Amino acid sequence: MSVGAAAPRGLQPVTEATHPLSAAQETLSPAPDGTAICHIPSNNNGSGGGGGGDKEATALTNGTPVETSSPASASSLLNRLQLDDDQDADALDLYASTETRDLFVTVDDPKKHVSTMETYITYRVSTKTTRIEFQLPEYSLRRRYQDFDWLRMKLEDSQPTHLIPPLPEKFVMKGVVDRFSEEFVETRMKALDKFLKRVADHPVLSFNPHLNAFLTAKDLNKRQGLALLTKVGESVKQAAGGYKLRGRPAEYSAMGEYLDTFNQKLGTLDRIAQRILKEQTEYLVELREYGSVYAGWAGSEDSLRQPLEGVAGCVSTCCGAMEDLSENMSQDLLPVLREYVLYIESMKNVLKKRDQSQAEYEGRLEAAVIRKQEDKTPVPVEVEKCQDRLECFNADLKADWERWQSNKRQDFKQLLTSMADKNVNYYEKCQSAWESLVSMLQDDQAENTNETNCD
Amino acid sequence: MVERETALLRKIDINVAESEKRTGKNTVNMQETYTVYLIETRPADAGAEGGLPVGDSPWRRYSEFELLRTFLLVTYPYVVVPPLPEKRAEFVWHRMSADNLDPDFVERRRMGLENFLMRVASHSALSNDKIFYQFLTEEKGWRESVLETGFQDKADSRLKSLSAMFRVKNPDKCFTDLKQYSDELNSAISHLLRVRAKVADRMYGVYKVHGNYGRVFSEWSAIEKEMGDGLQSAGHHMDTHSASVDDILEEEEHYADQLKEYLFYTDALRSVCRKHELMQYELEMAVMDLANKKQQREELTSGAVRVFSLKGMSSKLFGQESPEQRESRLAALELSIETSEEGVLDKNSECRDFMRMSWEEVKRFKEQKDRELREALISYAIMQISMCKKGIQVWSNAKECFNKM
Repeated sequence: MSVGAAAPRGLQPVTEATHPLSAAQETLSPAPDGTAICHIPSNNNGSGGGGGGDKEATALTNGTPVETSSPASASSLLNRLQLDDDQDADALDLYASTETRDLFVTVDDPKKHVSTMETYITYRVSTKTTRIEFQLPEYSLRRRYQDFDWLRMKLEDSQPTHLIPPLPEKFVMKGVVDRFSEEFVETRMKALDKFLKRVADHPVLSFNPHLNAFLTAKDLNKRQGLALLTKVGESVKQAAGGYKLRGRPAEYSAMGEYLDTFNQKLGTLDRIAQRILKEQTEYLVELREYGSVYAGWAGSEDSLRQPLEGVAGCVSTCCGAMEDLSENMSQDLLPVLREYVLYIESMKNVLKKRDQSQAEYEGRLEAAVIRKQEDKTPVPVEVEKCQDRLECFNADLKADWERWQSNKRQDFKQLLTSMADKNVNYYEKCQSAWESLVSMLQDDQAENTNETNCD
Repeated sequence: MVERETALLRKIDINVAESEKRTGKNTVNMQETYTVYLIETRPADAGAEGGLPVGDSPWRRYSEFELLRTFLLVTYPYVVVPPLPEKRAEFVWHRMSADNLDPDFVERRRMGLENFLMRVASHSALSNDKIFYQFLTEEKGWRESVLETGFQDKADSRLKSLSAMFRVKNPDKCFTDLKQYSDELNSAISHLLRVRAKVADRMYGVYKVHGNYGRVFSEWSAIEKEMGDGLQSAGHHMDTHSASVDDILEEEEHYADQLKEYLFYTDALRSVCRKHELMQYELEMAVMDLANKKQQREELTSGAVRVFSLKGMSSKLFGQESPEQRESRLAALELSIETSEEGVLDKNSECRDFMRMSWEEVKRFKEQKDRELREALISYAIMQISMCKKGIQVWSNAKECFNKM
């Protein structure tokens, strides 16, 4: 089945990308109980679930067969054999080592486009894959931020039970940040790369047809208006959900609490890092002047000239080292902290949706129980569906949570270790500068005393 | 620092051993708190040929040190008199107290005063001064004996020298160069100290902000399972890092004090220059005076009045003076010329002596400065190295903790 389906798929997502979901959206408004989306999340266990989602898509798009590709276990087995040796540095990821990676994406090479209408940046998105639903083993195309935004929105809409990795902030304060500065573009590019890699590494998200479209289609047929409508519908639903949960399992409360505290700590870390950068910048200003004072003084001395110039040289070496350190800090540390702040937001969003799902189930169950007492009808299918939905929500959430925790641990381990490394490096650079000065001056001194001894 | 056989430091050890806070009434009967310093002297070689009799261990105030220095400055005009430590903490960075009674400040001053006494005691001329010796060894009556020397009469030279500065016709090239150099040194060191204080401020900030990591890591560790321990202990290392800056900057303060001493030395250099100018000025005045008198004599003998003068007018009005009168005036003039000539000779040799002695002093000073500042720079560099090592240590420890997460 999947081989047959593979042929048209290279082109398919271009047109298909919006169809299944726009249809899903249409069904969503008249049937706010959410049964339409309920099935998709059930594929969290890999193969079967994809089928469930596809079945639904098939039904909604009048039986278009293209979506029926399940993330087949056969292909994943094949990939496991093929790519086992390919696990590189990214294999640090706990999940990457247990699940096979067969989809590799990178975002790089930003380019500025200037037209009469607008100025924007595009990034090169390169894909390498052995997955069967991709027509070619490699793709390379250019996407702009809006496209990433579209992808994320689609993912969120089509996989509401999953944690969708965050995108870098969309809006930047005008005047404060130059959207086209090399630094900003570079940072955003890295964040986009991270986002796409996280999606591609996810056992469920990576099989989402919208991702496929994003990675392969020449032209994204975006209909953002519809997506926007979905959002509105959702927020209306959320507003209605002021229902208090009967028994929220303690683990979800703990997750919420964890996220709150973690968020707080991240905020503090971010403030500290920013403050250190500020202090270092000011330190650097003074240090530069400090060095030049020594150099100036050297001008009016004879035998002190050399040591004074030596000190001036050391100070300026230290300035250079400090500059590198600050730059590294602002490029490596801050973006990760930001990403995790946004991540927390996504995570909270998912938790909220789970709570809603539970609330809905409990509400319906309660109603059904009352009705049952009255007229002894069996528990309606509707309620069972709700229960199913809640259960798959819980399962997805737990899996994603574990995954996220593990990623987080790896990320912070790496981040903090490299921060320590950079600081060590900074001190080493300074130390070696001062050491060479001392040995030079002490040699001179020894020579001088020898000379005077000879005299 | 010991340079001559004659230097006092060969014979005795000098210590400023202690400081003590005292309260008393000052001259205008106001309550004031001040610090006194205990000066201890003892023979350098215990039991060796008797040496000098060792007296009391007097307590002295900073103002008495000042008086001693002023006395030396006036009495030995050609000497580059070692400076005292600063009267008030200057070039402070914000964490350092500018309070004169602050224990750290008092301790640094104690060391500075000791250094001053050692420098004076190792100087060939200054160390043999009686007043200096009394200062070291006699608790009572020192102030009175200083004032008895009448040095204050000679000490009024400040204003005079200021006017001399603008009037000297043939300034000595060596001294103008020296003056220029001391100005340059002064501005270089004071600039350096100013910037160093700012650098210290900023460095303090950088280190202390890192201390926040310590807190947040330990708070964060409370909600983590596998990462908890690593974070917690990394936090401790960040605390250590932030605390280490206190020691680093305290040590650096010593370097600043060394620089400050040389900053104040520039004043001593200028003072020598000023005294030379004054002397030069007096010499030039004497020469001029002599030239004037000689011209008068010439006029008197030739009878010709070349320039219009009151005397010429009066002689026209009241008739010629008698030959006797003229004779006696001429004789008086001769006598005065003679003394003037002697004066000029004296001044000339005085000036030459001053030049010779002060130049030797300056040379000695320059050698001392080059040697000591070079050493100070080396030890500064070594200090930086140890700071870097501390930093490397702390961050390597932290890295190990992060790695375990």
